[in-house]
Amino acid sequence: MSEVLVCKDGEIVEGGVRVITAGEVEIGVIRHGGKYYAYRNHCPHQGGPVCEGVRMPAVLDIIAPDRTFLQQDYDKNDMHIVCPWHAYEFHLEDGVNVCDKRIRLQKFNVVEKNGAVYVNV
Amino acid sequence: MDTVNFRDLSVEEFDTTTMLEHATQQAIQRRYEDFFIADIDGHHYETASFAKICDYIEDPVMRDQAKYQGFGGSGIAGANGASQELGGRVTRYPGRRKEKTPPTPHRDITLTKRWMDAIGIDQVCMFPTPMLSLGLTPRAEVEVALSRAYNRWLCEEILPAEPRIKSSLYLPINDPEATYQMVKDFGGKPGVIGFTICSPHYKAVYDNAYMKSYALIEEMGLPLVFHGAFAWGGDQSMSLCNRFLAVHALGFSWFNILHCTNWLCNGMPERFPKLKTIWVESGLAWIPFLMQRLDNEWMMRSSEVPLLKRRPSDYMREMYYSTQPMEMVHNREALELTFKMINAETQLMYASDYPHWDMDLPSTIYDLPFLSEQAKRNILGGNAKKVFNLDPTISEVKAQRLASRPAQ
Repeated sequence: MSEVLVCKDGEIVEGGVRVITAGEVEIGVIRHGGKYYAYRNHCPHQGGPVCEGVRMPAVLDIIAPDRTFLQQDYDKNDMHIVCPWHAYEFHLEDGVNVCDKRIRLQKFNVVEKNGAVYVNV
Repeated sequence: MDTVNFRDLSVEEFDTTTMLEHATQQAIQRRYEDFFIADIDGHHYETASFAKICDYIEDPVMRDQAKYQGFGGSGIAGANGASQELGGRVTRYPGRRKEKTPPTPHRDITLTKRWMDAIGIDQVCMFPTPMLSLGLTPRAEVEVALSRAYNRWLCEEILPAEPRIKSSLYLPINDPEATYQMVKDFGGKPGVIGFTICSPHYKAVYDNAYMKSYALIEEMGLPLVFHGAFAWGGDQSMSLCNRFLAVHALGFSWFNILHCTNWLCNGMPERFPKLKTIWVESGLAWIPFLMQRLDNEWMMRSSEVPLLKRRPSDYMREMYYSTQPMEMVHNREALELTFKMINAETQLMYASDYPHWDMDLPSTIYDLPFLSEQAKRNILGGNAKKVFNLDPTISEVKAQRLASRPAQ
């Protein structure tokens, strides 16, 4: 395993993405809520550049106690990585697909030290 | 510590080639340069050229109306909405609008060739997008005028300028005479490889008024395409759906199920035995359903459909189908059976549907473990070559890739 420099802390703006190529592997490093997340930039569906799309919060149907539909809302505590090719969605926190837990993005460990951001590849 | 190359997406402009870089990697890994790939259902957004297309409307009053009113409403309260973009999730929709292209050739040609080359496609049968629902307009004369203007524009400004782009032209189904005239006028134009009935409409395809059009298309040796799409507002059943997923999943299959059923029950394959019919953009799962359903009823009620000399499924096995959007989530066994039921090796043709949100890459076919190499090549291009009588020349990009391959 090697430690790969991604950037100086702050170079990726909040909500931004930097796609790095480390050897044969493309990795998307996402900054969200002040934290960094790194995933292989490859969607298990058709191979799309999954980190190059938008991040969207989970959408919820709000159902009343009497089971009537009230409205939809966003759950901002559950951000999703959305593949730009077909909109397959994955939880930002762990890279697990929101529809099928057996499908997941390859996650890389992110290390922040000495004012810089690294991923372990 | 390793150093790396990087791209900062917050400052990067949208570019089709970059967005599809992973598709290009797939094309290289799978050596698509070794064989011809035809996409029998790619799209462009004709509304981007609407003002120019309007110039081809022959009626001067309607021409002005079209220029003033535009094509249709796509907002949240519109009959069809703009749900394809999935609330901003599918980024190529807004991205493409800002994508830079040179002044020549036509922007549609540049953009189309960019995605074709990235994916590994040699030739495409190009269809419009909003016009797929033009058959639902309440004014038949508007359908006739707009489709005729679009077909003229396509045949004068796009098809002659780019031999890799072909089209199966729109037929104004609400006006049988205009449909016949369209076939007569455009049947021999360069780049015209078929005629298309866009399936959302409320005309019966067995109406006697269409027989001379079918006969002429058959005589020309061209296929008749039924291109699926959806209706939402205005269709009483679909109006019960409040999520686009439901409308899309049902609609794109439903209208082709309807027309295919009527086509069979009225004995059209017996009346037009040489007319090749292609059912496009309805996926594949509907075909086994319809085969089983119709065969079962036919055994009991063949007296109602005396023109059918064989089981409905026997005729369906002689029809042609496009792959996309191929249902392939945890259903490998069902998919394999479907391929077997439709004689996929000779009857199925690859379609990307690019740039739409549910597009499929050639790898959706190439990576299927139950297909032989020959079957893959047939579905990805060989069948289309035969059905549409295409010249199977591979693209310049693929030819260069082939030429630069090291000698073995």
